[in-house]
Amino acid sequence: MNLAIRDIRHNLGRFALTILGVGTLLMVVMAMGGIYRGLIEEGTLLVDRMAADVWVVQRNTRGPIAEISRVPRNLVDRVAAVPGLESPREFVMHTIQRENNGKRLRMVVVGLSWPTDKGEWIPLIAGRALARNHYEMIADQSLGLRLGQVVRLGKDNYTVVGLTKSMTSWGGDGTAFFTLTDAQAIQFDLPGEAVRLERQARRARSEQQDASRAQPSLLERAFWSSSNIPALGPPMVSAVVARIAPGADPDAVVRTISGWSDVSVITHQGQQDLILKGAVERSRRQLGLFRLILTVVSALVMTLIVYTLTLDKLHDLAMLKLIGAPKRVILGMIVQQAILLGMLGFVTARLLAIKLFPLFPRRIVLKTDDLVQLGVVVFGISVLASGLGVWRALRVSPNEALTR
Amino acid sequence: MLMTIAIQTEALTKVYGSGNTEVVALRDAALTIRRGEVVALLGPSGAGKSTFLTAIGLINPPTSGTITIGGKLVMDGPDPRTNLPKFRRQHIGYVFQQANLIPFLTARENVQIAMEIDGWSGRASRRRALELLEYLGVLDRAEFYPSALSGGQQQRVAAARALANEPSVILADEPTAALDSHRGRQVMDLFRKVAHEKGAAAVVVTHDHRALDVFDTIYEMEDGTVRPASSLLSHAHP
Ligand SMILES: Nc1ncnc2c1ncn2[C@@H]1O[C@H](COP(=O)(O)OP(=O)(O)O)[C@@H](O)[C@H]1O
Ligand SMILES: [Mg+2]
Repeated sequence: MNLAIRDIRHNLGRFALTILGVGTLLMVVMAMGGIYRGLIEEGTLLVDRMAADVWVVQRNTRGPIAEISRVPRNLVDRVAAVPGLESPREFVMHTIQRENNGKRLRMVVVGLSWPTDKGEWIPLIAGRALARNHYEMIADQSLGLRLGQVVRLGKDNYTVVGLTKSMTSWGGDGTAFFTLTDAQAIQFDLPGEAVRLERQARRARSEQQDASRAQPSLLERAFWSSSNIPALGPPMVSAVVARIAPGADPDAVVRTISGWSDVSVITHQGQQDLILKGAVERSRRQLGLFRLILTVVSALVMTLIVYTLTLDKLHDLAMLKLIGAPKRVILGMIVQQAILLGMLGFVTARLLAIKLFPLFPRRIVLKTDDLVQLGVVVFGISVLASGLGVWRALRVSPNEALTR
Repeated sequence: MLMTIAIQTEALTKVYGSGNTEVVALRDAALTIRRGEVVALLGPSGAGKSTFLTAIGLINPPTSGTITIGGKLVMDGPDPRTNLPKFRRQHIGYVFQQANLIPFLTARENVQIAMEIDGWSGRASRRRALELLEYLGVLDRAEFYPSALSGGQQQRVAAARALANEPSVILADEPTAALDSHRGRQVMDLFRKVAHEKGAAAVVVTHDHRALDVFDTIYEMEDGTVRPASSLLSHAHP
């Protein structure tokens, strides 16, 4: 006859509620680990999917995904000339925040080098890759856009032709893919006032230069649009990416580009490491601490629950002792209940996670390894949590069964 | 001679508390009970009857004095001389004023648990539990929880539990208080039958002077001491 089960069966409602409570707590612990895994997956998904073995970026920067990088557009021609590299292309990436139908729309704009790159590598859940060199976009579903929806960005309308899932930056902003020129048009679309101020500032700078004093008509140029001023050059791109040709030596390629004074080169692996060591690393520590604290809280809560359950049963435990129950019967009852509470709480947490995590705004990835690890920790906590209750139960005197 | 002695206490003293709150509940209480003897313990409230009963029941260690059960010294002052839980479950059956059943076990399970903690198989203990419940007239309540039983029914289940391991000592503290006189009589008769058939000793604290004829010997307690109740002996069996 199992006393632990008998007791639970007799107080089923109460035990079920307790399990639900513990389960909810453990679900949050689970979420903390899952959010971290999600961050890694989200942060590296784009880099993993892009067929880019090397990233040529602005000198001494960590590349466009981690920070701002600007390289001249003609860098693509220099990269093309490096032996052992193939399909070099420009890459543009920047975050914008605009209004769309009165709602805030924050997205990472990625420009693909049309027509080399139409976005066929992007994992779509609906629609198609880009088919025209203008006015089409592939949007992540986290942006809340529908297939076929038309979004006004800057002075142009863009139609959503494809949808992705979990394509977000490590900051959680959904990614949208455009052709390179569209991406730049969106990037450099400034409100009228900003443009006017910029031109005014340009003129003020020009007035202080000898060239402008000698040739006043140069001043007029300060009011032109920036793309038409020869001295300013065409807009910059974020990086140039390329694949390493089959059979080529990656180290040799990296060595060649490292010799260039204006740019840095990052390998695919390096790019991933940079992402993980940057903001994701800080989030990881933050989440790790939360997870640790919550685990301690769970342990304390479970200790208190088991202790309270024991206090409620003290009279019955005294009675069991009175009729001669050995220590192991008393001890077994409490430890078994604690373990049952922990394990059923864990199962409840898992079931709640399946139902609730898809509703969370950020991606939560539950890895089997992490779950097994948490399960073992919960088991350990359960055993520890029964300590206080066991201590109290062993102190009860059989004589207490007779006092009410 | 030694073989026939079931319980023997010598100079049993119990002091509760200390200083201002000190209460001497037992004062050199000495008593010898033979095997098969059924003993009544009378006396006013506060005389120390319950203290005496729990002391020889090995759940309330005395301050000083000795307790010998079945020829074995089991308590020497407050120090146990044997594995008390094991001794209790094998040799002593208890019934108290309140039935003290385990609330999360059914009537049958309450009887069964006493045997299972002594190593009985589930099947054997189950059969014996049902037999005992039938004998005590509560078989139809076997699968009920204590909260669904009347006071008398609970008391009979408690009696069944006390007898489950065929104890050599039966201790009962006002066991019939919650029973009508017919049922009370029935429980007393059962104790007497078990005591006589199995050679067990029974000590029963009672206030019911009408049922004293069941007992072989009657003792009176007063102020922590035990003495034979000579004035009442005429009512008892020879
Ligand atoms: N746990 C206890 N702590 C302190 N005093 C107690 C305790 N139990 C009993 N007493 C005292 O010991 C005396 C004897 O009590 P008890 O054995 O219960 O007597 P009876 O059962 O004859 O009524 C009483 O004065 C009672 O107040
Ligand atoms: Mg009493």
